[in-house]
Amino acid sequence: MQTKISISNLDFFYGKVQALHGISLEIPEREVVAFIGPSGCGKSTFIRTLNRMNDTIPGARVEGEVIIDGENIYAAGTDVVALRRKVGMVFQKSNPFPKSIFDNVAYGIKINGIHSNKTDLKDRVENALRNAALWEEVKDRLNMSAFGLSGGQQQRLCIARALAVEPEVVLMDEPASALDPIATQKIEELVVELKRNYTIVIVTHNMQQAARVSDRTAFFMLGKLIEFNRTDKVFQNPDEKLTEDYITGRFG
Amino acid sequence: MGSATTLFGRRRRLTNTLMTSLTAICAIFATAILLLIVSYIAVRGISSLSFEFLVGTPKPVGEGGGIGNAIAGSAMMTLLAAVIGLPVGIAAGIYLAEYGRNWFGNTVRFIADTLIGIPSIIIGIFVYTLVVLPMGRQSGLAGGLALAIIMLPIVARTTEEMIRLVPNSMREGALALGAPQWRVSLNIVLPAAASGIATGAMLAIARVTGETAPLLFTALNSRFYNLYYDQPMSSLTVQIFNYATGPFEVEHAMAWAATLILVGLILLINILVRFVTRKRF
Repeated sequence: MQTKISISNLDFFYGKVQALHGISLEIPEREVVAFIGPSGCGKSTFIRTLNRMNDTIPGARVEGEVIIDGENIYAAGTDVVALRRKVGMVFQKSNPFPKSIFDNVAYGIKINGIHSNKTDLKDRVENALRNAALWEEVKDRLNMSAFGLSGGQQQRLCIARALAVEPEVVLMDEPASALDPIATQKIEELVVELKRNYTIVIVTHNMQQAARVSDRTAFFMLGKLIEFNRTDKVFQNPDEKLTEDYITGRFG
Repeated sequence: MGSATTLFGRRRRLTNTLMTSLTAICAIFATAILLLIVSYIAVRGISSLSFEFLVGTPKPVGEGGGIGNAIAGSAMMTLLAAVIGLPVGIAAGIYLAEYGRNWFGNTVRFIADTLIGIPSIIIGIFVYTLVVLPMGRQSGLAGGLALAIIMLPIVARTTEEMIRLVPNSMREGALALGAPQWRVSLNIVLPAAASGIATGAMLAIARVTGETAPLLFTALNSRFYNLYYDQPMSSLTVQIFNYATGPFEVEHAMAWAATLILVGLILLINILVRFVTRKRF
């Protein structure tokens, strides 16, 4: 297995409050890694350190290293814009732009200047929508507002938008937590499908979901990484007592 | 237990009905005042309205005359104020909302709030010293500048408020695609807040269209059509003031008619901007 992201001794602070304590873990290329743990355990904070999304929070501070393809993304002089193009993100609440369906997907392509001409732009938008399993549902109304889509469709639109800029890693922060079971199933199938081309990190509250879609699972508690193992091992025979207590529902 | 619950429920429903009625009455009262003002102005003003009144210039009492030059002057000075005040105010508002979480932003915010509270006649005196005295005469330029200064803080603060209403998740969505901060502000946040900003701009324009005090020292007045910004310029409000304070009944009637036109114009601006900025997405 090839390591895509290597995190070592990562501490994270919101002002004086330390939210992550010495996290070290390696995320392999083209696998799905799930982060589970109780609310407030730091899994969302952690996933947002991987594309420096926490930079926008006043008073946030990071110590330690996050190395993606051999480069420390917290080194001075890192191009955060280029990093975020390489490490895309899908958020818990779908957040389409107040634009048409087409323009939502085209936005990232346009600002990064990925397309060569108009036809190419159209092709790329179609491709991204197909990859996000949304094309068939929206192909006849590309010029209509993204807000007219259902919650599940909006979330897949956001996935299409993230895929359109050709990232290598896709971070998903509880992408299905606000969706019904059928929409959730579509997202999960999509995650498994996307694994062929992308490295995927997914935060989830739903342990069954982690078990269904991921190759490896990391269990967090109180800002610490308790266990990181292959998913089947975590769910069948975890190394740590805490992990076992959590997945068997003894607390959490 | 059953009867107690019923009694309690009846009292709750009664309170609810009472409070709802009270708020409804207050709402009716608030709108009724506007309707009263508009209809009163219409009744008093409509008899003096004529084509000649709309396009003519003031004449000696008894010879008729009109407010055409005043309408043109008001439009020109409001235009100048909007051309200066809107871009600067909107840009300042974007800065305050998106980058102004520091001592500088707080200072600007405080100054803007203070500026909003300053009586408009003081702005007039300020522009008088700054522009009118060096130029040696009152002018449309000075009037427009005074109106722009009044507009600026209003536009800046409403823009800031509107931009703050744009959910942060939208910014994060764009940032996560590799958009630089300035592009996020410009092509995601600004369009999302556009209709609110336009409403704020419209209110600011309506506000300055109705200003009289800052124009008294700066634009003065003129009895003629004047298309040059370096000359004294007539305005609806100052013309209304002159007609209303005149000794003759004919002048008072013309003041009412001019008021009707002013209110009508402000109403028109409102409707126009609502139409232009109706939600498309």
